[in-house]
Amino acid sequence: MIKVGHIRYNKNMIFTKIKRVMKAGFVSFWRNGFVSLSAILVVVITLFTIGSLVFSKAVLESALIHVQDKVDISVYFKNDAEEKDVLALKDSVSKISEVKSVEYVSAEKSLEDFRERHKDNATLMQSIEELEKNPLGAVINIKAKEISQYGSVASFLNSKNEPLEKSIIDKINYFQNKKIIDRLSKIIDSAKNIGLIVSLVLVVVSILVTFNTIRLAIYSSREEIGVMKLVGASNRFASGPFVIEGIMYGFFSALITMIIFYPVIVWIDPKIMSVFSEVSLLRYYIENFVQIFALLLTVGIVICSFSSLIAVRRYLKI
Amino acid sequence: MILFDKVSKIYSKTSIALDGVNLSISHKEFVSLVGHSGAGKSTLLKLLLAEEAPSKGGVYFESVNVHSLPKRKLPMLRRKIGVVFQDFRLISNKTVYENVAFAMEVAGRQPKEIEENVPYVLDLVDLADKVSRFPDELSGGERQRVAIARAIINRPDLVVADEPTGNLDPISTKEIISIFDKINKLGTTIILATHNKGVVDSIGKRVVVMEKGKIIRDDKSGTYSL
Repeated sequence: MIKVGHIRYNKNMIFTKIKRVMKAGFVSFWRNGFVSLSAILVVVITLFTIGSLVFSKAVLESALIHVQDKVDISVYFKNDAEEKDVLALKDSVSKISEVKSVEYVSAEKSLEDFRERHKDNATLMQSIEELEKNPLGAVINIKAKEISQYGSVASFLNSKNEPLEKSIIDKINYFQNKKIIDRLSKIIDSAKNIGLIVSLVLVVVSILVTFNTIRLAIYSSREEIGVMKLVGASNRFASGPFVIEGIMYGFFSALITMIIFYPVIVWIDPKIMSVFSEVSLLRYYIENFVQIFALLLTVGIVICSFSSLIAVRRYLKI
Repeated sequence: MILFDKVSKIYSKTSIALDGVNLSISHKEFVSLVGHSGAGKSTLLKLLLAEEAPSKGGVYFESVNVHSLPKRKLPMLRRKIGVVFQDFRLISNKTVYENVAFAMEVAGRQPKEIEENVPYVLDLVDLADKVSRFPDELSGGERQRVAIARAIINRPDLVVADEPTGNLDPISTKEIISIFDKINKLGTTIILATHNKGVVDSIGKRVVVMEKGKIIRDDKSGTYSL
């Protein structure tokens, strides 16, 4: 019986101690307002950096998908090519594993599109009318799954283009676009690599700055930690409130960072849209709000409470 | 109750703080520890609180060698000893009430006990009307009274005071000493390190005189003379 009572007393005591440590942390956070505020500001900068990296990665990725989507190979056929030959070529192209999609535009459709595009140009319209035969041939537009695969698709088409005098193909624009396609694929690769390196450096630097700020905040309390120990506080009881404060720094920083991001994104969104019309950062922010907030919250709390714990340990050695 | 057994503390060859000190103090004694600055008074008290370890010899509190205690048991020892410092060492962002209550929280006392005892002790040191002040808002004498309240709140067997009146004016000094006297009469052992002649003479109890790390005199009912 006594044993049961004793255990219950201990459980109560642990609960009371946790409550006391938490209360001490909250009170100290509030009373050291200026220190708390400056620590939060630094952590906000860290989290803002991390958040910006998340957002720029999102913009870069959807912009890349967008740009990649614009790249294709167009095969122009001679205007006397038989439609069934063109369709046969289209079928064999679509069987290549690297090819994502093939779009066929007939000679008539090409002419119609041409008229639509140039309907304001009277001279051009008139000269088209004067021609008896359709001057345009059929076109197929080919999209590969990856930019690097256009080369092999083009060489397949090239093999179909021989001998030249019998070929139904007029021209393949890959060879005109080759330089641009190659350069784009290089830019995309290096953007990915540089982005990764820059992110890592920024994250490491901002974590170190946060760590130092919190260390300074606790340095100002080092004598009090000593007093607590001399009055008989255990290490956990003396360091607990500082860890709680650290958690609060992390929480408020994440919250403030998310709030700051909103006007920034609203301001920057039209600028991104003017370059990549289909990329909306605001939509990304709203759709992924919970995940991004959770990420910043986790990072903030982990960095701050861990920094507090390490910093306070130095002064516990009495 | 307390025994220093051939205790030496040597920082370096030229800096010897304590040199083979033997001292025993029994229950309910009031011991004044006197000597010039650097005589070794503070070092002696630091060894008793296990803030520092002796180079030679043993320090015993209630028959336990303080320095053989594992680190995690040190808080238990310190809760049995109330400490008062010359520079008060209050926690600056806690109120008077919270500073005193903190010592009870640390010892794991129940909230109800804390609510009853803190006002009682603050009344004892005549600070009942300043419970919600912060240390910065108090005079030196008042701060020291808070520190004493904190030292005695857990009803320790021993109160150790290191130059408690060093920063105080004569009137405050008198008040502080009379509080110590009161606590001693209630049954608590007191070790008071000081170099204030007036203080020692007014107490009129056991005086231990230190010089250059050694005890040079130990009078049952002495006065201050070096």
